[in-house]
Amino acid sequence: MIRSVIALLLLAATVPAPAQTIAITGGTVALGDGSDPIPNGTVVIRNGRIVGAGPNVPIPPAAQIVDARGKWVTPGIVAGFSRVGLSEVDLSGGLSDDRAANSPFSAAIDIAPGVDPNGSTIPVNRADGVTRAVVAPNTGKSIFAGQGAMIDLGADMNPITRARLFQFVELGESGGNTAGGSRPSAYILFRNALREASELSRYAPSIASSGSRTPDVVRDQPIVRNPNESREYGPNAQRSEDVLLTRFDAAALVPVLRGRQYLLVHVERARDILNILQLKREYPALKPVIVGATEGWLVADQLAAARVPVIASALNDLPASFEQIAATQSNIGRMRAAGVQVAIGMIDDNDTRFLFNERQYAGNLVALIDVPGASGVRWGEALAMITSRPAQILGLGNEIGTLAKGRRADVVVWSGDPLQVTSSAEIVVIDGVQQPLETRQTKLRDRYRDIGESALPEAYQR
Amino acid sequence: MRWNAIASALGAALLGACATLAPAPKKSPAVRINLDPYPSTYQRHPGAVTVVRHATIFDGEGGRIEDGTIVLANGVIQAVGGPGTPAPAGAYEVDGTGKFVTPGIIDVHSHLGDYPSPGVPSLSDGNEATGPVRPEVWAEHSVWPQDPGFSRALMNGGVTTLQILPGSANLFGGRSVTVKNVPARTVQGMKFPGAPYGLKMACGENPKRVYGSKSNMPQTRMGNIALTRATWLKAQAYKRKWDKYYRNGGDMPERDIAMDTLMGVLSGQILVHNHCYRADEMAIMIDMANEFGYKVTAFHHAVEAYKIADLLAANNICAAMWADWWGFKMEAYDGIKENIPFVDKAGACAIVHSDDANGIQRLNQEAAKALADGRRAGIDISEEHAWSWLSYNPAKALGIADKTGSLRTGKMADVVLWNADPFSTYARPERVWIDGALLYYSDNPRLRPVSDFELGQPGEGDVK
Repeated sequence: MIRSVIALLLLAATVPAPAQTIAITGGTVALGDGSDPIPNGTVVIRNGRIVGAGPNVPIPPAAQIVDARGKWVTPGIVAGFSRVGLSEVDLSGGLSDDRAANSPFSAAIDIAPGVDPNGSTIPVNRADGVTRAVVAPNTGKSIFAGQGAMIDLGADMNPITRARLFQFVELGESGGNTAGGSRPSAYILFRNALREASELSRYAPSIASSGSRTPDVVRDQPIVRNPNESREYGPNAQRSEDVLLTRFDAAALVPVLRGRQYLLVHVERARDILNILQLKREYPALKPVIVGATEGWLVADQLAAARVPVIASALNDLPASFEQIAATQSNIGRMRAAGVQVAIGMIDDNDTRFLFNERQYAGNLVALIDVPGASGVRWGEALAMITSRPAQILGLGNEIGTLAKGRRADVVVWSGDPLQVTSSAEIVVIDGVQQPLETRQTKLRDRYRDIGESALPEAYQR
Repeated sequence: MRWNAIASALGAALLGACATLAPAPKKSPAVRINLDPYPSTYQRHPGAVTVVRHATIFDGEGGRIEDGTIVLANGVIQAVGGPGTPAPAGAYEVDGTGKFVTPGIIDVHSHLGDYPSPGVPSLSDGNEATGPVRPEVWAEHSVWPQDPGFSRALMNGGVTTLQILPGSANLFGGRSVTVKNVPARTVQGMKFPGAPYGLKMACGENPKRVYGSKSNMPQTRMGNIALTRATWLKAQAYKRKWDKYYRNGGDMPERDIAMDTLMGVLSGQILVHNHCYRADEMAIMIDMANEFGYKVTAFHHAVEAYKIADLLAANNICAAMWADWWGFKMEAYDGIKENIPFVDKAGACAIVHSDDANGIQRLNQEAAKALADGRRAGIDISEEHAWSWLSYNPAKALGIADKTGSLRTGKMADVVLWNADPFSTYARPERVWIDGALLYYSDNPRLRPVSDFELGQPGEGDVK
């Protein structure tokens, strides 16, 4: 059954795939928008986009049919915060591109060229249904880590969905350490950095003159253009003498200051979260997104009122540090109940390679519904937290994260309920292209499945 | 056991000497060293006579009972069986309809207490990284009983017993301690009565990284092995001195607490728990054990165990593994998701372990991953068999399988009632009994242990 389904789709893939119309029929379809799963639903894909998904979607006559009876069909998993593709082996295994510990630059660093689509962390997570990921740099000598991207995990050499989507800054314990040893020092560094950006922003191109996009599109997709082409570097861009940032770094913060680039802020402590809400009042154009937020439940109402979204770690329940004292697995459920927009991310949690745990985390939030006194998350919302919510929080909700008409065709056919760890991804489609699910791991598995049964050593088996 | 044998042999030798009536030079009889100077003070907590009915039971040794009954009384399992199993009159009845009963989970690899939360330098007590050979340190002397992680492992993980090990910076990391997952004021109050000690050993990257970076030996894998062998040679010499002393009496040899531990291994009293990732290195450690006459009880992490599953089975060595950890360092690069089921299929003793304060809360889910990946690879594994990875096999590796790890009449009543099939991501412990005492019940906020550290802090007594 499974094999024949895959064979069918493989056949389809022999035709130029994106142009082919494919109808995935008979499966339990979850749209990823927070709604409940739909039994016996249909998903239609054409030209790399979703044509329709739901209970009564007409199947185009020429469509290639994929029989998904007994299967579950969802949008691909969007990892809300990660460092996937930046490091082949994290510890003592050569260069890791997530952190430039000794770089003279910080905010100006653009993570995009560091993402290696051939690295093993991409296919291993793709094979488990992760199709997109938020990829952030790590901080080096500054509280500003640089600019992160949304990527896809497709088997091709174009991993970047959107470069320079956000700036990442550490303002909690880590930020305090980097800032010389205290949180207050981190905040004054932050304010100074925005002052320097503000000074340079006088030389920045205005939104209206920044290109062919209409202002609406710019507002919806506040992504900075290549800062290396910015007029802020030109000979006429004057700066004060009391500056701490390099010109590149200051220029990179201009779009943050103007709200044209998201600002992902890592904080865990309740007080630190409130400090970020204060920064937003101070700099109204800022588009902050809180990352981590272990103690978010203590200030959930304030977060909701400020409409500041959160990319939270799902299952932190240990007082792992003095900024996570109130940790509980009910954190996300309580923030959600208060009206906070929440996605699940992987910060400081094996974020280079274990993105496949996102669906386990979402499933565990569902489990909390049945624990007396705990605050869980409904199944549909839990799936949304690892598909559409991270996309929406970063302004890409119209592109990825759900099976709504017109979205990019990132679709996964699962052996069962994807929030069960026992389920597996059987078909993974990214931008309408069926993806290979073979990895180093599956090849090692096949090589050692039956030890000693061949005449030649294992090295001859592949 | 072996010490008793030595003591009786010694007694017999002295008697023989008296029988000759010869005026032999007087040697003072050997004095036995106290092998348990920090003894367990754990006492089981009071528990009601309890019967759980209508539950699905995994007995931990591969058995499954539908509509099962289990009776707990006086700290032990009184009966396990079908719906007709009798229970004492007046027993507290629990309706297990739709729920699952299993032996408590046993984590063979934990650093709770020696790397506790909060993870601040003041509490970082897991690696005595001041020298690569440190068998003299005992993990129990680092364990902070107030680590909040113990309660999470109990309430979310259904963990009733765990082995706390020193870290892997050293070739010889020190002694481990096996504890019951009960809150206590002292580590002695947690120590599993009668559990043997373990010795943490390490091969591979960690020792050579830690000491190589200080320009000390070992700097290479061959350095790891050379230093480990040289240390075993010393231990053999030390043991010969003590064997002779116990045989003949006389002047007591000078004691060395590092060598005491290694002598305990060579005497078969202390079990070797060997951190080792790569298949080729595990094979070398097996040869080393044969060279010096000890046994490796379990390889820990064993990310490449699947490459030598036959060797592990032939040598009766357990492999304690993660379901899907891979690639975070070079020696973990070849991790595969079928490691646990492949080891199991080869007939070796497979164990799911955590090595992690978060992972220990979801060991049942890790077993579920391994079970599913094994089935997809064509291996027929039942849930009831897979539960042996979580309780009976780790109990064997800890030398306590005669006391706990499965639901057999007379064994310790270390039992979890799950609110759903524990191989489902949606399942959580509803009740946890340790030695028959109900120490967690999800419906009773008073039965959420709160460590001293968390008292008076935000979130005290919260669901976690």
